[in-house]
Amino acid sequence: MWKLLVKIFRTGRLTEKRSRPVTPPPTPGFGRSLAIRHVDAGSCNGCELELLALENPYYALSSDGAKFVASPRHADLLIVTGPVTKAMKEPLTKTLEGIPEPRRVLALGDCACDGGIFRDSYAVLNGAPQVIPVDHRLPGCPPTPDEIRRAILQSFTLARTGRE
Amino acid sequence: MDNDTFPKRVSPGFCLIPREDGIPRAIIPQETPGDYFEEARILAASGGRFLGLWAAGAPEPRICTAFLLREGLFVLVLPLSSPEGRQTFPSLSSFLPAVDRFERSVRDLFGFTPEGLEDTRPWISQGLWSVPPLSSPPGTCIPETPRADLREYPFVPVFGPGVHEIPVGPVHAGIIEPGHFRFQVVGEKVLRLEERLGYTHKGVDGLFRSRDISSGARLAARISGDSTVACSIAFAQAVEQALDFTPAAGVRFLRALLLERERIANHLGDLGALGNDAGLGFGLSQFGRLKEDLLRRNRTHFGVRYLFDLVAPGGVRATLDDTAIRDLLDENRILSAEVAELQKIYDDHGGLQDRFQNTGVLLPEVARRLGAGGVVGRASAQAWDLRADHGGDPYRRFPPALALAHEGDVAARVLIRFLEIQESLVLARALLEHLPENSIAEPLPDNPETAEGLGIVEGFRGEVLAWVRLSPGGVIRAAHIQEPSALLWPALEVVVPGNLVADFPLINKSFNLSYSGHDL
Repeated sequence: MWKLLVKIFRTGRLTEKRSRPVTPPPTPGFGRSLAIRHVDAGSCNGCELELLALENPYYALSSDGAKFVASPRHADLLIVTGPVTKAMKEPLTKTLEGIPEPRRVLALGDCACDGGIFRDSYAVLNGAPQVIPVDHRLPGCPPTPDEIRRAILQSFTLARTGRE
Repeated sequence: MDNDTFPKRVSPGFCLIPREDGIPRAIIPQETPGDYFEEARILAASGGRFLGLWAAGAPEPRICTAFLLREGLFVLVLPLSSPEGRQTFPSLSSFLPAVDRFERSVRDLFGFTPEGLEDTRPWISQGLWSVPPLSSPPGTCIPETPRADLREYPFVPVFGPGVHEIPVGPVHAGIIEPGHFRFQVVGEKVLRLEERLGYTHKGVDGLFRSRDISSGARLAARISGDSTVACSIAFAQAVEQALDFTPAAGVRFLRALLLERERIANHLGDLGALGNDAGLGFGLSQFGRLKEDLLRRNRTHFGVRYLFDLVAPGGVRATLDDTAIRDLLDENRILSAEVAELQKIYDDHGGLQDRFQNTGVLLPEVARRLGAGGVVGRASAQAWDLRADHGGDPYRRFPPALALAHEGDVAARVLIRFLEIQESLVLARALLEHLPENSIAEPLPDNPETAEGLGIVEGFRGEVLAWVRLSPGGVIRAAHIQEPSALLWPALEVVVPGNLVADFPLINKSFNLSYSGHDL
């Protein structure tokens, strides 16, 4: 056990000091904390790897007030990755329905934006905007954790766009 | 294997040429369904490991079945374009338990019927389309099944007092790919697990059709993001074999280096997640830190964190100068010491070992019968590693030691990952120290007629296999990439019963299979 404690002590604090690009002003409904539900709608798992990186000690997304949650009922923001396969259309729509208002939707990665390299396959629907209302898009294959972090923090303040 | 036990039937029609760029790989055409069945049976009986089965549609309908032997890779090809328009092929399920979902997928996507296959349920297509989507030419509109109730999947039920069912997914409670698990449990104990996959099916085999080589390579790199280097190398090898082209030594070395970096990054991530799933958040932080350091060095020296699109048919889009090599050698030394230190902490942690040991046991005999390879296979005494066995250059010059364990539990799969990280670091060091002057990419020769090729490489999860058929002018007529997850998902189903429901995430993580790589 002491080895473990020594290792923690020697490693020190790694979370990077950032000049916060967005100090989220209190937004109606979200306050200063944002709960995120992620749905993989058929990605190659590249975007997932970078989403997971946000939880490593360097990025420590939770120190910005945002965290991933297990249930859509607890979520403010839905992050969609992947080109939305036909088999994932219904699970994706149902997850969105489970998220209470006010809520935002972020399409993350080239595939979620417009189908990416899988565009026009018989099995995909060419991106999240074809299936659900999307407020914010972040292209990239995959986007870097810094870009994802910025996009998440922006969605605190983002006005609703592209809604029917 | 000595010559006496070498499969006799295979010998006449094929030539197995040693290759510089990897193991010998041969495509063996079969004339009749009977030949195909018999040949497959002999290959399986003579120690060949079944690696995958796929099809190609019109205008050249065919079934391809891959076996890996110690001598090399064999792919049996059975054309289906007989005069009488035969659309059936003999099922191999009578002697190959692992073939079931492959044959169901071919039936779903192409409409070719495996004769003798008992399971008639749809698999990869989930019954979404009313005609097999790959039976029509590219661009055709594929009608969807009008009635949603056709998609109800008859899971095998379990009856008895106190037995109940837990459905999980397709959306899971975390940052994970989608898939459905159906548990039959009594109390906390799992009696049966059945998977239902196909949620990430993107029609990759269809997307390959009519692409040029470089666009096909971009698609191959996105079969499974965590294995992008492995899939890219396998695809590149297949194209290069079809065009009768051997990449320069410098290219082979850099590819091998990128492959080891991918393996190390994934193993670090898995070890952290395994600690976390067993309640040791310390592991997630520490291994997360090491993995992030490695990814940042990737960014510095190769321009990308995950090594997408660096390997291309004909070459590799990366160079390393002396400063970069020195930096990577420093990283190598530090990482080796850090991982050794963390391994000691994992080993000494009673609570962690209590969760790891005897959890999710895959018995060696079961692993053999299912043809499990990669980390999962090696943790259950299956001594296959393309790099250690017969990898070609540069593995022949710097052969890594085979990591092997016999217990087959989560602890064994953790151990294999620790061993492999250290072996990969040794190999990466040797590659960096002996990196030949490298020509980055050479133009590929043209193919005047239709050509076919195979590629196979040891990815971090196991063997990644690629097959490609090129029309003149380098247009892809058909291609398929077989990621090892397809062989390992059935093994997970076998391993989980008898364990506690709460141990499933830990066992699942110790396999770390790709949904995307399976669903294609």
